[in-house]
Amino acid sequence: MRSGVMTPTALESLVLLLRDRGYRVVGPQVRDGTIVYDELASTAALPRGWRDVQAPGRAGLERRDDDALFGYAVGASGWKRELFPPRQRLWEAVSDGDASFHVVEAPEPDQPLAFLGVRPCELAAIGIQDRVFLHGLAEDRVYAGHRRGLLLVAVECHAPAATCFCTSIGTGPGLDVDADGVRAAGSAAHATTPAPAVPDLVLTELLDGEHRLLVRAATDEGDDLLAALEHREATTGDLAARAATLEAAQAAIDRHLEVDGLHDLLLGNLAHPRWDDVAARCLACTNCTLVCPTCFCSTTEDTTDLTGEHAYHERRWDSCFTLEFTHTGPASVRTSTRSRYRQWLTHKLATWVDQFDTTGCVGCGRCIAWCPVGIDLTEEVAAIRATDGREVTA
Amino acid sequence: MSRPKLAVWKFASCDGCQLSLLSAEDELLTLAAEVHIAHFLEATREVAPGPYDVSLVEGSITTPADVERIQRVREISTTLVTIGACATAGGIQALRNLADVEAYRALVYAHPEYVQTLARSSAIAEHVPVDLELRGCPVEVPQLIEVVSALLAGRKPLIPTHAVCVECKLRGNVCVMVADGTPCLGPVTQAGCGARCPAFARGCYGCFGPMETPNPSALTDRLHAMGVDDPTLVRLFRTFNVDAPAFRTEARRREAIDAGADGRTP
Ligand code: SF4
Ligand code: SF4
Ligand code: SF4
Ligand code: SF4
Repeated sequence: MRSGVMTPTALESLVLLLRDRGYRVVGPQVRDGTIVYDELASTAALPRGWRDVQAPGRAGLERRDDDALFGYAVGASGWKRELFPPRQRLWEAVSDGDASFHVVEAPEPDQPLAFLGVRPCELAAIGIQDRVFLHGLAEDRVYAGHRRGLLLVAVECHAPAATCFCTSIGTGPGLDVDADGVRAAGSAAHATTPAPAVPDLVLTELLDGEHRLLVRAATDEGDDLLAALEHREATTGDLAARAATLEAAQAAIDRHLEVDGLHDLLLGNLAHPRWDDVAARCLACTNCTLVCPTCFCSTTEDTTDLTGEHAYHERRWDSCFTLEFTHTGPASVRTSTRSRYRQWLTHKLATWVDQFDTTGCVGCGRCIAWCPVGIDLTEEVAAIRATDGREVTA
Repeated sequence: MSRPKLAVWKFASCDGCQLSLLSAEDELLTLAAEVHIAHFLEATREVAPGPYDVSLVEGSITTPADVERIQRVREISTTLVTIGACATAGGIQALRNLADVEAYRALVYAHPEYVQTLARSSAIAEHVPVDLELRGCPVEVPQLIEVVSALLAGRKPLIPTHAVCVECKLRGNVCVMVADGTPCLGPVTQAGCGARCPAFARGCYGCFGPMETPNPSALTDRLHAMGVDDPTLVRLFRTFNVDAPAFRTEARRREAIDAGADGRTP
């Protein structure tokens, strides 16, 4: 596989090349004071010179003193919106008069997707959702339709936010590419670390001296793209610069989630008083689950129009924080916010492992930053660990 | 099958919800074809006698005459749907519930003895059984159309009771609380508007009233820590749904905290 160094201008050629090849290119850009992922017409829309400042319940942007294109951590909402759309009509039934009708299936996506700027933790999140949607008893048609032909251009992190903790999970901040494939770099893998979705290209933004991008191809498509782009051989200096960048990124992450024994810790503390404490602060607003790049829950809604000639079957994101989520028979099962927060945290960090063999958290920190009241799962887990009640309640 | 008969009734209100129905330009003709709009004074003086299959009730109960009339409306309606913040929670006029109505009446009217009014503005459900409540100030047209469509099809209307935040995220808005520190009532307010205010970079004003499991004290504690003072927090909850229990209680709680902090007796 090819690798090399290219200029920011060559990155523009990559976007144009992808668009030429029929891809809908989606990438990071500034909107409403934050970074979001949306259709990208050119690299001019990239968040050049911005860094994101994130804290529990806070996310904003600050000017950097350089022209970094990828000088932020992660966007407000993940790539999930593209692969698993928030709302999706699955089919429509149309009356043919009398008692007969015909069904119109939702159209297949007409354009393949290319994501530019996927972070290592986000590759892990896509890997997790692949497992959920593509490897279950039934493949999800909508997800598969968007995922098929998806081209991934990953970018290693050089500016992690204060909410990041990929180093605890083993999902970032870097990516190693070799003959065996692609793995997270800059942190140690655990038994429950999710494997990343395989990117086609891996970029590293180097800001020492000349602004340049180290590029490594990881698939044949990536290799083919790189062959079409202007680039030069990587020097030992470039590789040393990458190593230094990665080391600095790793050192900049100080949030920690201790994963050792986490599964048993949480499931052994279902009666812990901390659940009441967090429930008093939690709004049951669903934001944490909807911004989480791995949460996959949805509901289907059936409606009819005024004429009664059309019936619609629609899927939309749902969350274990709504009452309707556990509406079974006459009532909801999880009526207290305590039981709903506990469901979210134990699913993410414990029962997910039973279900899918990996943790459901990749350490992106979104649920911390985008919680309107700043509830921080790493703090909640630490509080339970500090007062582990297993001996007491056993 | 003959078309179901629909009636629209007005109590103390600004007519905005009825106007929403009239502004449903795309659906109005279809609606008129599918249901017999038998009583809708905002639209036409022509009135067909009851009983009615569906009654949409706008406005709150504020006079002794209202108390009588809503009983009559209930008697002649198979399904009664309240529309808007006035009908479901007493509306903005329920601010009077916090004040001395007698003093107002004496001050405002030249002949207060002609004005018959109750001390409180109250929701329709305090007086008669209500089959379904549509929130909002004003109601949302798609929700009105959804309710009528559901009644026509004999199915349950799809009216979610979760927080505005759900719709905000579905729509792809950037959260104004987190990104700008703008106070937003979205987390404690019922969905239905499609998160309209946050879509225009404004905080939610709570016009849909409390969501299914509201926790307003957690929200105001956070806003207070962000620098919003108590009188502002009290005012946040004293608008269109001032008398909705969760909002009323929270406004009182913050008022008491404020009074305590100022050294006055709560
Ligand atoms: S649980 Fe939070 S930190 Fe973990 S992947 Fe989801 S949003 Fe990111
Ligand atoms: S945490 Fe909740 S919303 Fe997320 S996948 Fe699990 S059950 Fe679904
Ligand atoms: S933890 Fe935060 S984001 Fe999640 S439901 Fe509770 S208040 Fe909302
Ligand atoms: S802007 Fe308001 S409604 Fe939207 S997610 Fe934030 S708190 Fe919720």
